[in-house]
Amino acid sequence: MFTLLNLVQPDTIEAAYKALVEKRNNIVLGGCAFLRMGSQRIGTAVDLSRLNLNYIVEQNEYVEVGATTTFRDIETNPLLNRYFNGVLPEALSQIIGIQFRNTVMIGATVYSKYGFSDLLTALLALDTEIELYKGGRMSLKSFLENSFEKDILTRIFIKKNERKANYQHLRNSCSDYPILNVAVSKLNDQWKIVVGARPQRAIIVQKASEEVANLELNSKNIDRVATMASNEITFGTNMRGTADYRKSICKVLVKRAIMEVLQCK
Amino acid sequence: MQIEVIVNLKKIKMEVDANEFLADTLRKYGILSVRKGCDTTCCGLCTVWIDDKPTLSCTTLSFRANGRKITTIEGVHKEANEFAQILVAEGAEQCGFCSPGFIMTVLAMKNELTNPTEETIVHYLTGNLCRCTGYMGQLRAIKTYLGVL
Repeated sequence: MFTLLNLVQPDTIEAAYKALVEKRNNIVLGGCAFLRMGSQRIGTAVDLSRLNLNYIVEQNEYVEVGATTTFRDIETNPLLNRYFNGVLPEALSQIIGIQFRNTVMIGATVYSKYGFSDLLTALLALDTEIELYKGGRMSLKSFLENSFEKDILTRIFIKKNERKANYQHLRNSCSDYPILNVAVSKLNDQWKIVVGARPQRAIIVQKASEEVANLELNSKNIDRVATMASNEITFGTNMRGTADYRKSICKVLVKRAIMEVLQCK
Repeated sequence: MQIEVIVNLKKIKMEVDANEFLADTLRKYGILSVRKGCDTTCCGLCTVWIDDKPTLSCTTLSFRANGRKITTIEGVHKEANEFAQILVAEGAEQCGFCSPGFIMTVLAMKNELTNPTEETIVHYLTGNLCRCTGYMGQLRAIKTYLGVL
């Protein structure tokens, strides 16, 4: 269990940021589901619930999601069920139970860059941008790859385009953490193959993603690309599976995801 | 700090610590139907409704309930009783420790889903663990209760 020495509920994002950076052990509170599993000693906890960041709105080019929107809100949102073959609700639907998904927040998961995240894998396969209060707006890819100063993630933007997408995962049992997850998407001839829970954080498998665009997609070629994808990235070992095991199932999940995307309308 | 919440339609002022969770606060104020069964945020026993949404009270910091509406099984006595009768008739109540959280999820499901399939029901209830036995009796009871046999 964590310890909070002090709690603030700022009314403005400026005040929230100021409180956050005041001391090294100050943090922003999300849904607290993962925080609760540790024993961190927190100086000042910054609660964002007065900043009205709980929303999903459709803009001209993007679906904008506020940082304190819960997983369940995303899962049941009609817009996000309509776009990208419902890949985001699909990726979230296996995470523990609905009570849990009513609690955890998108901003906290993305900011924390959790390796086990189902959400990050699916978001990375789409054209997603994030906004940090100080750091500004950037692609999710660049946010995941680079390190930034302590900041507050305010909003997430998902580009509304005709991207076809599919999400695959392997778990020991329903609602457990994923052993590996894969999201594949396609916009015209541009493919993205994303692998997450390796158990390191999700990444785009670059070469295989480029290769798949150049091939006639028959069963043999899809096999080849899937093998290529599993050779291109590194895997790790933890209590849920070995690196070798993950590498083997990566091939299968990538193949399945590509085949599903080809069927997407 | 002091928070004011509406628990089962009654306004209550509660004194809470900054890092106190709602499940503990509710128990401290005598609402003993709220239980904790896992310490790992996965069993669903502590389920209460916050503004009518089923939520893990073991993971919700109490201060976040300030000004909001909390419903526990004590607040939905009639519906809970009706479902409990069906549950008992199916022989699925077992030790009963998980029942309050489980029933709050079933009642929330009735409010949220229209004509659910067996798959949808199972998906909605995945976050509720019962350590006594399997879930077939519970599933039969839910289908009877929802009228989707």
